[in-house]
Amino acid sequence: MEGTNNNMKRRIRILVAKPALDGHDRGVLVLAKAFRDAGMEVLYAGLLPTPESVARIAVDEDVDVVALSLHNSAHLSAFPAVKKWLKKLGAGDIQIVGGGIIPPADRKKLEKLGITGNFGPGTPLNQVIEHVRKVAKKKWVKDQ
Amino acid sequence: MPATNRTKKAYKSDTEVLKGNPRSNSSGFELKDYYTPDDVKGSYKSKLGAPGEYPYTRGIHPDMYRGRLWTMRMFSGFGTPEDTNGRLKLLLSHGETGLSVAFDMPTLYGLDASSDRAHGEVGKCGVNVSSLKDMEVIFKGIPLDKVSTSMTINAPANILTAMYAVVGEKGGVPKKNLAGTVQADILKEYIAQKEWMYPPEAHMRIIRDMMIYCTNNMPKWNYISISGYHIREAGASAVQELAFTLADGFEYVKLGIENGLDVDSFAPRLSFFFNSSTNFFEEIAKFRAARRIWAKEMKETYGAKSERSMKLRFHSQTSGYSLTWQQPLNNIIRTSVEAMAAILGGTQSLHTNSYDEAWALPSEQAVEVALRTQQVIAHETGIPDVVDPLGGSYYLESLTDKMEEEAYKYFKTINAMGGVVSAIKNGYLQKEIAATAYAHQRKVESGELKIVGVNAFSKENEQPINVLKIDFNAERIQRKRLREVKLKRNEGNVQRSLDRLRDIYSRDENSMESIIQAVKAYATLQEISDVGREVFGGWKEPTII
Repeated sequence: MEGTNNNMKRRIRILVAKPALDGHDRGVLVLAKAFRDAGMEVLYAGLLPTPESVARIAVDEDVDVVALSLHNSAHLSAFPAVKKWLKKLGAGDIQIVGGGIIPPADRKKLEKLGITGNFGPGTPLNQVIEHVRKVAKKKWVKDQ
Repeated sequence: MPATNRTKKAYKSDTEVLKGNPRSNSSGFELKDYYTPDDVKGSYKSKLGAPGEYPYTRGIHPDMYRGRLWTMRMFSGFGTPEDTNGRLKLLLSHGETGLSVAFDMPTLYGLDASSDRAHGEVGKCGVNVSSLKDMEVIFKGIPLDKVSTSMTINAPANILTAMYAVVGEKGGVPKKNLAGTVQADILKEYIAQKEWMYPPEAHMRIIRDMMIYCTNNMPKWNYISISGYHIREAGASAVQELAFTLADGFEYVKLGIENGLDVDSFAPRLSFFFNSSTNFFEEIAKFRAARRIWAKEMKETYGAKSERSMKLRFHSQTSGYSLTWQQPLNNIIRTSVEAMAAILGGTQSLHTNSYDEAWALPSEQAVEVALRTQQVIAHETGIPDVVDPLGGSYYLESLTDKMEEEAYKYFKTINAMGGVVSAIKNGYLQKEIAATAYAHQRKVESGELKIVGVNAFSKENEQPINVLKIDFNAERIQRKRLREVKLKRNEGNVQRSLDRLRDIYSRDENSMESIIQAVKAYATLQEISDVGREVFGGWKEPTII
């Protein structure tokens, strides 16, 4: 697998995080390894960061994508909170990709807010990786 | 969401059979074509023995389910204390005597509903408890002398135990008559579920306090349930679950002995909680090996004389991880097979997951199917009619031996590091699990492991299913109640009780009495937890990736 975007010749920088009271970290740890194996530069926010601290890390580290995972039903408050903080910090172009235990109706709500993916458990890693590449490219086009 | 073409190509064709490939299980054991008497070593008496006899490989009771079926203990809890009180009363009216309460994330982390960090999480994954008042509502009108209550609470288990004791006392039931369980297994939190408040040593000291206090004052209270469930869910293989869980168990036994307790005075109160996943024989072998290892170690290493100390009792739950959001009805089949493995493995109680849990908390219909799954197995299949019906199978006995052998290799590694706490602090256990989880996912990606509906026999357009909708009012209601509690209580009493606890925590004395006093004064869950945070500090795990 190849992590550089062929058109842009640039490595994707991605922050993976669980922005709430949720210790179920199997998914984020697997994804972090998979993103790394796919050639991306991966940062992990550790356990129990607040949405604000996730956004601050994302800005400080100048990432392209923030991948958020929750299994505790807090996605509807926590994911948009990260988005809000990114905007506040002037980094509304950083893309947010979601995942976890997310009911179908909530997926639509998140999509409307610009939080994409919202992958359920068992989603093939390649599908997530391709999606991340797609949104990163979108950000790069925007940034130009 | 339909997979893209490229993703689809990445998978091997659905119908391709992996001919001639070596077969193995989650533990990585290579499996032979078939097994013979040559694969089973040792005598019947030393390795198996009759059910109810040492080393209990075949079960802890001579009659097992012929005498009494396993307890169908369905875990529930949501929203406000009133919601949960209603649900518990409904269960009691259906003849249940074993209650099982789930708490929300703020409660599990020792935070009040009014905490900033609790926003969006109050009442979501379980019921919220911020003070004694909430516990009074949850158990209102429930005869605590007649039921047993299992509470899935870990880091603040001492505080919830104290609350339960006070609710009992206020209702005229003395502590010594209260029956129930708190999970309280903090080691598996550091290893897998990651819900803690303080550093490992501080939590172990609190468990020591509960152990001593309950042994002397609450003889029917199971102050710990040593859990492999979460270790497995976090990605461990069956043998890792077995080894890491038993290693945790032995740490708690050592803790009791080192603090002057007679092993037979407390070991009978230790019980276990295992995962039952989809690899049928591997799971059954794991349960049988667990009993044999525990019995031997308790007798030979820890000097237990009482049979009750040597008998490993366990609750089990089917694997949440094995559930897929794709083609969710298939999950009923997975859960059925997993439930059969737990029963054939000799479980004492069982929770079956609902088919919609990869989407959301379960709907009522899905919960009912899950319970019916157990009832069908119990009453229609004949599986419970004979004790350990698979005992003597060349394959299963060989697998049980192999589980035991491999578990001992892990014990050796962990001991060489200085025990479980050291193996947590250096990240060994967490890294082992993360590595297994990643290797598993890789096998799924390559098609080496097939999961129906996911990378085999998948459909283009998955139809969404109806799932439970959670009410958002819990947060508002709980915050309001907490404000009222704080207005009514005597602040002087609260401060004095917290000062006393701070003092006791600093001096390494048994803290249970002072926690009970603080709870009685209506100090909140977070106020009490914060005293520990001041004295012990927090905990940041080592880098895993």
